[in-house]
Amino acid sequence: MLETALKGSKKYWILIGVLFGLHGIGVTAFLYQLNKGLTVTGMSRDVSWGLYIAQFTFLVGVAASAVMVVLPYYLHNVKEFGKITILGEFLAVAAVNMCLMFILVDLGKPMRMLNVILHPTPNSILFWDMVVLNGYLFLNIIIGWVVLSAERKQVEPPKWVKPLIYLSIPWAVSIHTVTAFLYAGLPGRHFWLTAIMAARFLASAFAAGPALLILLCLIVRRVSKFDPGKEAIQKVANIVIYALIISIFFVLLEIFTAFYSQIPGHMHGFVYTFVGLNGYGNLVPWTWASAVMAVVATLMLLCPPLRKNETTLAISCLLVFFSLWIEKGITLVITGFIPNPFDTITEYVPTLPEVAITVGIWATGFLILTILYKIAVSVKEEIAS
Amino acid sequence: MERSRRSFLKILGISTLGLGTLSAVDLLAKAEMGKAEYSPNPKGMTGKRWALVVDVKKLDEETTQKAIEACHLIHNVPDYGDEEEIKWIWTDKYEHVFPGQEHAYLAEEIEEKPFLLLCNHCSNPPCVRVCPTQATWQRGDGIVMMDQHRCIGCRYCMAACPFGARSFNWKDPRTTYFKDKEPPNPKYPTRTKGVVEKCNLCAERLAVGEMPACVEAVKDSKAIVFGDLEDPHSEARELLHERFAIRRRPELGTSPNVYYIV
Repeated sequence: MLETALKGSKKYWILIGVLFGLHGIGVTAFLYQLNKGLTVTGMSRDVSWGLYIAQFTFLVGVAASAVMVVLPYYLHNVKEFGKITILGEFLAVAAVNMCLMFILVDLGKPMRMLNVILHPTPNSILFWDMVVLNGYLFLNIIIGWVVLSAERKQVEPPKWVKPLIYLSIPWAVSIHTVTAFLYAGLPGRHFWLTAIMAARFLASAFAAGPALLILLCLIVRRVSKFDPGKEAIQKVANIVIYALIISIFFVLLEIFTAFYSQIPGHMHGFVYTFVGLNGYGNLVPWTWASAVMAVVATLMLLCPPLRKNETTLAISCLLVFFSLWIEKGITLVITGFIPNPFDTITEYVPTLPEVAITVGIWATGFLILTILYKIAVSVKEEIAS
Repeated sequence: MERSRRSFLKILGISTLGLGTLSAVDLLAKAEMGKAEYSPNPKGMTGKRWALVVDVKKLDEETTQKAIEACHLIHNVPDYGDEEEIKWIWTDKYEHVFPGQEHAYLAEEIEEKPFLLLCNHCSNPPCVRVCPTQATWQRGDGIVMMDQHRCIGCRYCMAACPFGARSFNWKDPRTTYFKDKEPPNPKYPTRTKGVVEKCNLCAERLAVGEMPACVEAVKDSKAIVFGDLEDPHSEARELLHERFAIRRRPELGTSPNVYYIV
């Protein structure tokens, strides 16, 4: 099937070229970072994780969200999703690849990366994250590829792939739960030390991921002869709005606990992100942008005519995606380090090389996504004709 | 030749089993190691739970600086003076050392006192719990150690430590700080970029029967007392018996082993 990715329109090759160019910029910036050390980033002794780990955290959610089309199709026989499960699975593959790249560039000694396997340490959540992420990557590559190959030959997929599909459902939940556990089990980081962290992660993931999937479906329909189907898109939109409301609800729960209890450590993080703390407030505009986008998207998605109209639906999905990208891809991780253990504040601003590497990895992820989607769409077109 | 090829293939076979490899390689490595004879220095100090008792009253700006300088010279700790600072032992004010326990009417003497800060060598260390490679681990005597040759620089331990005791080498000290000057102590290795470091309670000095450098540096004032808390007759234990001492953030359950007499 790979050969289908090798022939495409001029626009396809331009897209590949642009993404490859951005990938190149990222690689160059990474080589610079490799040479100078992580000093080229905006991270510091106090804010020791930044944009990279935050992007990783957000993208684990995008990867996990494939389950939102796989589960209804395979467990509840929601026929509309039959056409787009492959898009969900290939999105997961691209997202996990980005996750792994973001971890890699965040390491001080990337060449020693395999120490995690050489000295396996079950008490470390990071060890389990490595296990579940790689497992999820392989599950989705195998499932997506086998099912698509069968579809191309117009035969039933082999029976052995069914157990893998069922396994991929709880596995998707596991990747985001384990990622939440990275944060939720650390003593002294009050902003992260919350039992609903994993639930929050899953809720926001099941809103942001499917929102991106809707946008991708709309793009696919525009640029190819493959139509994912209006009903499928509407059904995914229902998932987005439910998950978004649950996600907002969970954040409000956190805010209630912090501010009704009045325990300073629990309040500080929220104060810092929403209004600024002791004169420091770099994240305030971001937080409000995220909050406003979430509320506007909720209202738009709750309004049936706006949800059914695909233009306004696309706008809502963009809002959901960027709102939750800010929440998990920027504020959640950085605020965990503020204030520091000495109750003082060091702020964080990413540097140019850091942003270049981040953009490079996103571009690499979308390059993988473009190629995988090209294959999937070509197969679908081939069957239709 | 044939034999070694066979054993090579054997190892390769085991390797494909994934996790199985590790124990196999470990065994082979141990068998190799067994041939060389090593024995601990008979002068070395042994204990079950090393601890430091800091008598804040006996510390002033001058004495704390002495302790800090001794440590940083012995361990080749660079002094960058910015947000990428490497800290093994340093000072801060009461309100930053014991956040949440300060109040507006704090005794003046305490408010401005320099408190010595260093790794607490917790009995239940979260940094050890989270490290994915066991590059940081706890010895039988309680010291939380750091293997800079195994550390992958993920900085999970820095997020986990509630005491801010860990520093990361954002840049290469060998090509920046020690570029034009020799590291003060040629016997102790400088670090490379990309690894985490922290106070090791002078494990290398204890091994040859010497006191931790900070303790040694202020020994005239007896401001820092080092001892084994499992030994009822140790100086540290007796001091804690006589005087009231507090620890940083005990509510987090890490059980710090640095005590402050205030």
